[in-house]
Amino acid sequence: MSTIIRVNHLSKQFKDTKAVDDLSFTVNEGDVYGFLGQNGAGKSTTIRMLLSLVAPSGGEINIFEKKLSTHRSEILRSVGAVIEKPDLYKYLSAYDNLSIFARMSGVKITRQLLMKQLQMVGLAERSGSKVRTFSQGMKQRLGIAVALVHDPALIILDEPTNGLDPQGIADMRNLILNLSNKMGKTVLISSHLLSEIELIANRMIIIHKGKKMVEGNVADLLDPAHSLIQIETHNNDAAREKIKQTKWNSFLQADKQLRLMMNKEDVPQLINDLVAMQVQLLSVNSSHSLENYFLSLTTLPGNVEPFAN
Amino acid sequence: MLNLLRIELFKISRRPRTYIAFAAIAAIVFIFQFAFKADGQSYMNLLLQSVKDTFEFERVRAINGYFMCYIILNTLLIQVPILVALIAADSISGEANMGTLRLLISKPISRTQLILVKFAAATIFTILLLLWMAITSLIFSMLIFGVDDMLIFRSKGDESQILLITKDDVIWRYLAAFAYATVALTVIAALSLFLSIFAENSIGPIIATVCIVIVCTIISNINVPVIDKNVKPFLFTSYLVGWKGFFYIATNSEGIPIKGSVENWPAIRKSLLILLLHIGVLVAASVIIFKKKDILS
Repeated sequence: MSTIIRVNHLSKQFKDTKAVDDLSFTVNEGDVYGFLGQNGAGKSTTIRMLLSLVAPSGGEINIFEKKLSTHRSEILRSVGAVIEKPDLYKYLSAYDNLSIFARMSGVKITRQLLMKQLQMVGLAERSGSKVRTFSQGMKQRLGIAVALVHDPALIILDEPTNGLDPQGIADMRNLILNLSNKMGKTVLISSHLLSEIELIANRMIIIHKGKKMVEGNVADLLDPAHSLIQIETHNNDAAREKIKQTKWNSFLQADKQLRLMMNKEDVPQLINDLVAMQVQLLSVNSSHSLENYFLSLTTLPGNVEPFAN
Repeated sequence: MLNLLRIELFKISRRPRTYIAFAAIAAIVFIFQFAFKADGQSYMNLLLQSVKDTFEFERVRAINGYFMCYIILNTLLIQVPILVALIAADSISGEANMGTLRLLISKPISRTQLILVKFAAATIFTILLLLWMAITSLIFSMLIFGVDDMLIFRSKGDESQILLITKDDVIWRYLAAFAYATVALTVIAALSLFLSIFAENSIGPIIATVCIVIVCTIISNINVPVIDKNVKPFLFTSYLVGWKGFFYIATNSEGIPIKGSVENWPAIRKSLLILLLHIGVLVAASVIIFKKKDILS
């Protein structure tokens, strides 16, 4: 399984606002990767940097194991995206919109290919209609068709269910699952709803105020038995290096503080191992479950000190 | 690039606002032609009033297709920049306003390519607009009013001058004038495109373009020595009407026009060069700034 996206210490500063702060994460081939955070957390800015719409202030983005800054065109040929709203040319038909963006992606298009794509999103019968006559759900589906028309290996969807009715949300969910399960695509999907990510993603990251809070497998992160264990030592950096050499590495969270997402039952064993490695412990604390934690982020914006009980 | 240009032209051709400019030109030209057909002699009498004793020419012959086209161009080429701005100023800001800019930038095309294609499309639009002007104001006028020798009225300092160009010496001058006007109006297209980069709706750049053209035109027409020497030579508006130079025919020592001649070729060449320089600087600045711009629309 190869790495599709590798983001290292990414940051973006807008004048006096740090929108993304030292963010690192990886998306593997075949993942449906949830990008979770409340509004203004930095999700859209990160996605815009992944698509080279916004230049990073620092850090590095590698997609398909190539640097985005030096292989932009080559990378974007294999990426499809819906960024926020699926805004298209309202004065053109669905078919014309699809045709334009397919040609821009460097695809040799045929009418058959375009109609097949429109059929996939249920718009074949409205192919000749102007986009200005479409509902939000139809525009969203056309946006998906535009993102998929050149058969990309990576699909980036920024809040794709925004403005959709319950049926539209369910359809979108099924479409994303199909893309992953049947077509083997890698999908990065952003949302501010944990419940949405929970249903479709296999891995996820939560960001808050531009910083990574937690990253891991959805099943593990949402397991009520799992807690976020925060450790304080005399030298956290040295302790982190020692933990990386052990079985606890897979639970280690890649942020500045020393935190592990793990089963609470295993904490005594962890402490024993740390003591055996001569790590000088000052404190070990257990936080809320992920669900409660995320709820605290989304209901008390600005007042949360994540995982610091 | 060609593929992108085709897409861009397709998009422009499908927008109703594109045809406003063509309709406006047709309407203005038609009004001129109708007015001159109905009562052109009054206008001609007025024009020839000051020179009637010194110039022998059949007034009926003076109102012909060539003369009509010159009168129309004299008026229209001042207003056409606004029509060019309507399309060119929408190039980037229009995409930002519709939300399609982020989709365009996320495609495997470089920002430099995008700006160059937008500029090329705006230039093609300008050429088509001038072609339409040529058809309506020159060809239609030739059909309606016929063809004859052409009178040119020229203000030279405090004096008014009338030049006579024989009918077999006119067409090439119009071809050259339309080519020059294309370059002049392409400066407007480049200026609009440049301003378009900074905005997220097209109204701002259109208004800004028109304001710049008006302010610079006023400055270009102020007759103060310090401005004449230090400001005017650098303003593109000082050269927008340089197409008239092709109709200022040279005369011999006896004052007889020399067929196929132009009074001041170096001035025309210099004007063209300055206009091309403006285009180059504006397009290069657009590319450099747009490459660094964060797309947040």
